[in-house]
Amino acid sequence: MSVPAVVVEDPPEDYLQEHTLKSWLLTTDHKRVGILYMISVTVFFFVGGAAATLMRLELMTPRGDVLATPDAYNRLFTMHGVIMIFFFLIPAIPAVLGNFLLPLMIGARDLAFPKLNLMSWYVYIIGGMIGIWIMVFGGVDTGWTFYTPFSTMFSNTMVVTAAVAVFITGFSSILTGLNFVVTVHTMRAPGMTWFRLPLFVWSHYATSLIMILGTPVLAISVVLIALERIFGVGIFDPALGGDPILFQHLFWFYSHPAVYIMVLPGFAVVSEIIPCFARRPIFGYKFIAFSSVAIAIFSFLVWGHHMFVSGQSMYAGMIFSILSFLVAIPSAIKVFNWTATLYKGSIRLDTPMLYALGFIGLFTMGGLTGLMLASLAIDVHVHDTYFIVAHFHYIMVGGTVMAYLGGVHFWWPKISGRMYPEFWGKLSAMLVFVGFNLTFFPQFLLGYLGMPRRYFEYRPEFQVLNVMSTAGASILAIGYVMPLVYMLLSLRKPPNAGPNPWGATGLEWQVESPPPVHNFHDPVVVTCDPYMYSPEEAERDYAHDQHVRNA
Amino acid sequence: MTHHIIAVRTYLIIYFALIAFLFATVGASFLPSTAPHLLIAMTIATIKAVLIILFFMHVYYSNRLTWIVAVASLLWLTLLLAFTLADYFSRGWLDIPGK
Amino acid sequence: MHTTSTSATLDDDQPLLMSHFDDLEQQHDASNLGMWFFLATEVMFFSGMLAAYAIYRSLSPEAFHLGSRHMHLWLGFANTLVLLTSSLTMALGVRASQLGRRNQVVWYLLATAVLGIAFLGVKAVEYTKEINHHLFPGKHFVVPADDAEALMKVSATPEELHLNLGRFQMMFVLYFCLTAVHAFHMIVGIVIVLIMAELMRRKWFSGHGTTQIEVLGLYWHFVDVVWVFLYPLLYLID
Repeated sequence: MSVPAVVVEDPPEDYLQEHTLKSWLLTTDHKRVGILYMISVTVFFFVGGAAATLMRLELMTPRGDVLATPDAYNRLFTMHGVIMIFFFLIPAIPAVLGNFLLPLMIGARDLAFPKLNLMSWYVYIIGGMIGIWIMVFGGVDTGWTFYTPFSTMFSNTMVVTAAVAVFITGFSSILTGLNFVVTVHTMRAPGMTWFRLPLFVWSHYATSLIMILGTPVLAISVVLIALERIFGVGIFDPALGGDPILFQHLFWFYSHPAVYIMVLPGFAVVSEIIPCFARRPIFGYKFIAFSSVAIAIFSFLVWGHHMFVSGQSMYAGMIFSILSFLVAIPSAIKVFNWTATLYKGSIRLDTPMLYALGFIGLFTMGGLTGLMLASLAIDVHVHDTYFIVAHFHYIMVGGTVMAYLGGVHFWWPKISGRMYPEFWGKLSAMLVFVGFNLTFFPQFLLGYLGMPRRYFEYRPEFQVLNVMSTAGASILAIGYVMPLVYMLLSLRKPPNAGPNPWGATGLEWQVESPPPVHNFHDPVVVTCDPYMYSPEEAERDYAHDQHVRNA
Repeated sequence: MTHHIIAVRTYLIIYFALIAFLFATVGASFLPSTAPHLLIAMTIATIKAVLIILFFMHVYYSNRLTWIVAVASLLWLTLLLAFTLADYFSRGWLDIPGK
Repeated sequence: MHTTSTSATLDDDQPLLMSHFDDLEQQHDASNLGMWFFLATEVMFFSGMLAAYAIYRSLSPEAFHLGSRHMHLWLGFANTLVLLTSSLTMALGVRASQLGRRNQVVWYLLATAVLGIAFLGVKAVEYTKEINHHLFPGKHFVVPADDAEALMKVSATPEELHLNLGRFQMMFVLYFCLTAVHAFHMIVGIVIVLIMAELMRRKWFSGHGTTQIEVLGLYWHFVDVVWVFLYPLLYLID
């Protein structure tokens, strides 16, 4: 028996209208949860950044002088890694931009499980609080990898507490992934077929699959670490029949795919920015879409390339090496397709585009050095040197952080209703690009020359490159602080962005900025493919503008 | 909403089949030690699991996506086991200590 | 504008539609799918321990074989029976909720919870026996004399014997880990089943709570499936 549902008017106001603390802390609006995440990951980014700053200061001279003890340095790089990976990089794009945009992009009023979404933020905050607590009351010195037997038998730091923090934060990631996958499957608006989804959604879907299938394995491996430390039962202790390498298997089964949790959302953002600022439909839509899913699947088959020198069998090493090369195929497909999108486009170099172009270059560098590291012989030479450090920072900082900043600039008008100052935006993008390369390119050389990672002292001949790196880090720091300042300042002005400042396609640009509470006023029906940009039209508009200005 | 409501009879048949398999697996464990115990035990367990998943969990009557999720999760479990075991089994083949 | 249900729809047959869903089917599918994906994460959560089990067992089959002889086969058998029966009552409870028979649902849920508690009770008896026989891993662990002797026979060198003795304990480490994590899932399940039974009794759910009970049923059956594998792996290595 069906009773006719009653039609009610949407509240007219936008989602930012309510100001009480309660309205924020108890919100189930995906947009507000996205903002909560944005604030918290920003805090963690600067905490992790502070740790990095101290490390770079310490490494300016070959002797240990800034920090009192080598032990303090160990704790510092561990906290830098743990905070940046678990509390910034993994939630950054999915939980901030993904949360905010995914329902808007598919024409839904919210994620499938709004309460679960809010809960994931609380879970994240609890994990984060424990993380901060560890930092204040002693720290951990195992590195973010928690390798046994050091973590289980020798370290006298707060390993169990850190395991708890990682375990809890993992659940927030699982909940986000679960929500996204179910939302994409069940909540698409009529007409929003799989191949009309923006590539942002495809990438986030692939990311969510990794979160769902990988994160629980991390959870159980840190549980085993904690059990081993508390009971000393020997799961990873060779003296009692255990095998420390088993931990590495379990850990990397999650933590290698986790790299793609960090970088796939970066692909998501770049796939939106590039067509918009080249004014061309994306080249090879299906290839980009399927390459995201392919990356998600391949990512689970390559974890052993982290273990080439840790006692894994040579044959397993060979198989993992070959499979690691395979990941290059879908990644390269993406890079080629973005580049092909630029070809004959009408390119505008606004801030988001600068970040996106920076992403493509730096990600390619990181990816290609990744191929070098996937070859067994080279990896044996540069394993645990600064070459590795430089490689993964090119992927994570040059890739993910660039994409995150690009995305935040691109959607800031939508999120806040305000434009950011374009001049300062461009300047920050340039500073980040230059500072980043100056920081991390010398580290490739350092690693190649044999400087091992995770030491607080080094041989004097490495000093020049280290000083370059520290100098670059200071430029990078300025580049990161600038957006924080000018974006916060832009909030003082009244909303001035209008619904679609970039002339972008996509459902999120069809509603006003900031979007209304229930996202859409009318039922959404999708009738066309994504990325219907026309470079000719853009050229005509440009010529018209010039003509008007000259007249 | 379209639920396929399964008959009580079906549930009971599945239940008694599960009980029968339980007896079978215990019985098989008393076979002489030359028998392939692990294989038999795992085959029976898999059959039991499939019965539960298909009927008690309604997958038999569900859409394709549910099938995919159910199969994929077991596939991923297999991935982890297969690759990890492959490492342990191939250690020592090279006759180089530690490889 | 969007549609939302009001008190007019609050009759027993029709579930409430949350404001962000378009129709009831979408709402139902989302919940079901959400639980299925959650179960996929659960499979992966157990996978770490199963991998450890597979590796150590294949490295020292004899130690695991001897270890499993200390498990109480018939207690495990009884427990499997109890758990399978609880799955049946849960399945019938789901069926009752699909048919809208509220009282039946409550009784089936209570039966399921009672069977679940019985399972935990038997488990507790087993744990006590094992702990009393010094089979709980850690400082108090003692390898029984005849097992040590048997392991001595299959070990060629003292190092290998040492390894095998370690693996003998490892069997119990993994036994306790796997069964404890399973029992934890049982406890969570029982608590939720009881809460659901009470809420059903109070007519808390719209639409007979069919979606909620179905999703709970999926979880319960999953915990059952895990045990179906654990029982032969831990108790029946002969």
